[in-house]
Amino acid sequence: MDGVVAPRGQGAFDVARIRQDFPILSEKVRGKDLVFLDSGASAQKPRAVIQAMTRMMEKAYANVHRGAYHLSESATEAYEGARRAVAGFLNAADEREIVFTGSSTAAINLVAHSYGRGVLKAGQAVLISEMEHHANLVPWQMLKAAHGTELRVARVTDAGELDLEDVAAKLADGKVGLMAVTHMSNVLGTVTPAARLAEMAHAHGAKLLLDGSQAAVHRRVDVQALGCDFYVFTGHKLYGPTGIGVLWARMELLEAMPPFLGGGDMISEVTLEGFLPAPVPAKFEAGTPPIIEAVGLHAAIDYVQGIGMEAIEAHERHLVDRAMTRLSAVEGLTLIGHAQDRGGVFAFALDNAHAHDLATLLDRVGIAVRSGRHCAEPLHARFNVESTCRASFGLYTTEGEVDYLAEALGKAREFFR
Amino acid sequence: MFDDLRDLYQEVILDHGRKPRNFRRLEEADREGRGDNPMCGDRMQLWVKLAPDGRLADVAFQGKGCAISMASASLMTETVRGKTQEEARALAEKFRELAMTGTCPDCGGALEDEMERLQALGGVHEFPSRVKCATLAWHTLNAALDNADKEASSE
Repeated sequence: MDGVVAPRGQGAFDVARIRQDFPILSEKVRGKDLVFLDSGASAQKPRAVIQAMTRMMEKAYANVHRGAYHLSESATEAYEGARRAVAGFLNAADEREIVFTGSSTAAINLVAHSYGRGVLKAGQAVLISEMEHHANLVPWQMLKAAHGTELRVARVTDAGELDLEDVAAKLADGKVGLMAVTHMSNVLGTVTPAARLAEMAHAHGAKLLLDGSQAAVHRRVDVQALGCDFYVFTGHKLYGPTGIGVLWARMELLEAMPPFLGGGDMISEVTLEGFLPAPVPAKFEAGTPPIIEAVGLHAAIDYVQGIGMEAIEAHERHLVDRAMTRLSAVEGLTLIGHAQDRGGVFAFALDNAHAHDLATLLDRVGIAVRSGRHCAEPLHARFNVESTCRASFGLYTTEGEVDYLAEALGKAREFFR
Repeated sequence: MFDDLRDLYQEVILDHGRKPRNFRRLEEADREGRGDNPMCGDRMQLWVKLAPDGRLADVAFQGKGCAISMASASLMTETVRGKTQEEARALAEKFRELAMTGTCPDCGGALEDEMERLQALGGVHEFPSRVKCATLAWHTLNAALDNADKEASSE
């Protein structure tokens, strides 16, 4: 029964069958089976995504929103169909609330420029946390430098959870206009209490942006139930292609926000003297959008929804429990972060091996993990570690792979003894 | 499980990685350099004391990093001690080639013995992402000899 769990209301989650959907998983690394534990950086792609993108290019490709000819119309329909699929995936109230960007990073930068400079006032503050990816830190530092917006940082507890008392303290004076935090840490695996954060932010007049780059992959996201105001995620971590990200925001916010990038497709009227912006969402989609990537993302969403987000979450919960047990038993290994509510991301350090030496050893036996600071340098400083290795799971990760990682870590410690 | 990695992690590397030589701050140094691998988080500070004739009388370093970068820095401080600055720079160039290709065709001649010693790090060329770990110390030495204010980086 390795890796097979039967979630409520679903058929058995057959990880062996799922793995057959991912061509790369049958590749060998230095003659060893690939054990891909870096899905948190970027996930592998199922055949359904690869084929949908290929089919689009072979049969149905043209630019969107431009041509009055058949191919352009069908490409436009495919692109807008992807928008509807994303709206369904997030349970957005209106598909026009879905803005396609190049990545999560681009989506956050869009908010930082447009909402940050166009709506927030210079004296207001943005509240982030110590466990943000650089993508949800640097844009706010840039906003501070350019616009005079204060930047506040909520602390993370020793367990790796968001310190809610500190969040409350930093919201208390009502100066925070926007709270921007991760929905799931890319280092600690911590899932933040999004609905509670939305209540706290709103009680003090602040909006809430959630960086769902990790979370949207691991559990069902319902932006209306969470009560947040902005949600971003990226295609390539959700088994889809690179080059496409999503910004969801409430319609009234998008309507109040000025355009970010200017160019074709984002206007309704242009003269040499000026322009009138197009309605939402075109207002934020200047230039030729990621059309093929949107089709790939649509296929990825269909793929995970076909399996069921609840089933994926149950499978990963099972893997997380297994990993906690097995990794905790490795002598000399320190796990960074012990949040109650967490997903399948584990950062760790061995007492006698540097993260890069460890990653080189693991690579030699087919295991791909990330090493370094995972685009979260301040968080590593917070936990007083130079660098860590990170194993992150996907829906194709098996119990056997978790056990193999634990075994290899034990042997690695002996190697460096 | 990891036996074939003994080419990369030879005993001399593990030994110098665990117990780096000349791992200390050099008071009254004539040259000082800093090195940084931002992707890895490796950081290094290096000091050089020059003899009246300009030779490297003493070289010491402090820093944090992986076994490869620590061992490379440790071996380097031992190797360049007593060398002229020109010889130290020549070694840096030859070492760079060794780390990137695994061989150094021009390494015969004056500095042959020194390069023989550094050969232990040649295995790193099979690991492209780790080459910069091995070369960081040498970049830092060059920066120190230049007395440059800016940080060395082997990115």
